[in-house]
Amino acid sequence: MGKPDAKIDRERRAFIKNVINGTIAGSLLLVLPMPIGAASQEAPEQIPGIRGKKWDMFNQRFAFIVDITRCIGCGSCCVADKREYHVPDGYYRTWVERYIKDFSDEVYVDSPNGGLDGYQSPRTDINVEVRDTFFVPKLCNMCKEPPCVQVCPVGATFKTPDGFTLVDRKRCVGCAYCIQACPYSARYLDPTTRTAEKCTWCYHRVRKGLLPVCVNVCPTGARKFGDLNDRNSEVYKLLHEHEVLTVLKKDMGTYPALYYKGLRREVV
Amino acid sequence: MDALNYVFPNDIHVHWSMMIVLYPYLTGLVDGSFIVAALYYVFGVKSLKPISRFSLVFALAFLSCAMLPLLLHLGRPERNTNMLITPSPSSAMSGAGYIFTVSIVLILLIVLFVYRPTLVKLRLKTKGIMQVVYRLLTMDSTDLSPRSLELDRKIIKVLVAIGIPVASVLHGYVGFLFGGVKANPSWSTPLMPVIFLFSACVSGISALILTYILIKTITRRPLDLDCVRTCVNILAGFFILAFCFEMLEVFSHSYLRTWYHKSVAGLLNGQLYHSFWIWQVGICSIIPLLLLGWLCLTRVKDSLFKPFAALVSFILLLQVIFMRWNVVIGGQLMSKSTRGYTEFHPEWFDKEGILAVIFLMSLPFIALFILSRIFPLWLDSDEASV
Repeated sequence: MGKPDAKIDRERRAFIKNVINGTIAGSLLLVLPMPIGAASQEAPEQIPGIRGKKWDMFNQRFAFIVDITRCIGCGSCCVADKREYHVPDGYYRTWVERYIKDFSDEVYVDSPNGGLDGYQSPRTDINVEVRDTFFVPKLCNMCKEPPCVQVCPVGATFKTPDGFTLVDRKRCVGCAYCIQACPYSARYLDPTTRTAEKCTWCYHRVRKGLLPVCVNVCPTGARKFGDLNDRNSEVYKLLHEHEVLTVLKKDMGTYPALYYKGLRREVV
Repeated sequence: MDALNYVFPNDIHVHWSMMIVLYPYLTGLVDGSFIVAALYYVFGVKSLKPISRFSLVFALAFLSCAMLPLLLHLGRPERNTNMLITPSPSSAMSGAGYIFTVSIVLILLIVLFVYRPTLVKLRLKTKGIMQVVYRLLTMDSTDLSPRSLELDRKIIKVLVAIGIPVASVLHGYVGFLFGGVKANPSWSTPLMPVIFLFSACVSGISALILTYILIKTITRRPLDLDCVRTCVNILAGFFILAFCFEMLEVFSHSYLRTWYHKSVAGLLNGQLYHSFWIWQVGICSIIPLLLLGWLCLTRVKDSLFKPFAALVSFILLLQVIFMRWNVVIGGQLMSKSTRGYTEFHPEWFDKEGILAVIFLMSLPFIALFILSRIFPLWLDSDEASV
């Protein structure tokens, strides 16, 4: 009967020793100075094949796909975007719309506070038998032929060779012509800088191999972003499948690079 | 109905407000008054002689202030020279600075050549600082020989002839700034530059008639009624064209019944109902049309003609400002969601507010007063014929 007790004692001792060693080692890790670079490097690469390579401006192809069948209207994307860019209240780089359709084909759309607070309760101002309801996230369409770039009188809004439409806020004169020209109303005049602002698909993050912040936080995968040069990326696969992908306001001739999966005809 | 109203979150703000209403209004006044000068100097409409010089100085005064609303409107006005230094050739707006510069240089040159004989005489009469000013304006030349005056006449004719397309571009271009915005269905029509051009002529001629009558009445000077009658006839012609095109635009939208018709109709019959149907079309177009018909087609007594010409000009000046308002502000009330309309309430003390508009509208008149001290507005009986 004594032998098993001795064995348990030994194992117990070994266990306690390991715990103490682990605690000391863990404490040392906290106490010892750690290089700052190493901490930032720890953010895992989200878009494979970008880090450690020279950025070839002319051979990058990216796509953004919004799957509206997955959007639950939580508003996380809007919150993340507002925090990332300190977007002033009342202006939106991205927003989420709620569509309600009744049996007489009437469509009720709203986007209170741009969907920033999430759609936590149903609309109380309408009393109809709901036939269908869905959410549509909106953001810059990164048009291949952007009207905003065409109309900017000073070239402050420009298209990068890697497909992003950006604003040079040091050059923008704040005439708001681009705001008038954008068919998607994705632009606004920032009241603090008094220059035009818009969604950039988080260009600064993409260049570091990170996903746009709205894609990163989306809990349901409704927002998808990826490299079209990477055949394993979800966007590449989606674009090569038989899924029906559509764009907004096709007749405007802007050729958006933002695709929608499961988009309904009611969406403008 | 409100439950169906949906405006894109960024469309709640009206970014082009009253300064952008004022800008085409001012350039329109320049264009219209220049047309009167062109009719006299190029097309030889002799009865316009009494206001030929006034129309040029009037155009110069208003043009000198035409860019101020744009500067006030810009978010970063200190960067306005970027438009001239680093223009983006693809943008219609990048031409604004160049077209404006060409226009003002041209009008200034025309004024200097037209006034040369007068300026030479004034240079000899005046002393001190004014003499220096006149010496500069005459480019230190006192040559009034028949040969030199004949050369002046030819130069003026060429300059004004060049000025006609320049003035047309100046204002047609402003119309194109709106007509070229495909995202806005109420703006994007090829008729927009044409409508702007004709309404510019209407506002400019109206402003000339009204100020001419007012100045002559206040200063108790004799008024050339033949000149006013000619102006009213020309005004009637331009207004018929302007009004027809304005209505054509609305009715073709309405007849075509495209997807966008619903949005435009909702706007015109909704928020713009008063400013468009009641004011622009009803009070400020139908009434002047009837009045112009009466003034032009019947022999109205001189004593009646003068006040009614002033009245019709005043109403047409209002018509054009309503038209500018309905286009500029109205167009932005319609959200690009095509499902709703936003609201616009002008503020008093804003950078682009009502007080700023009043202040800005008074500047061209101050400029006109200052210019009239240098360039006499009216011809004396012994004045040279140019």
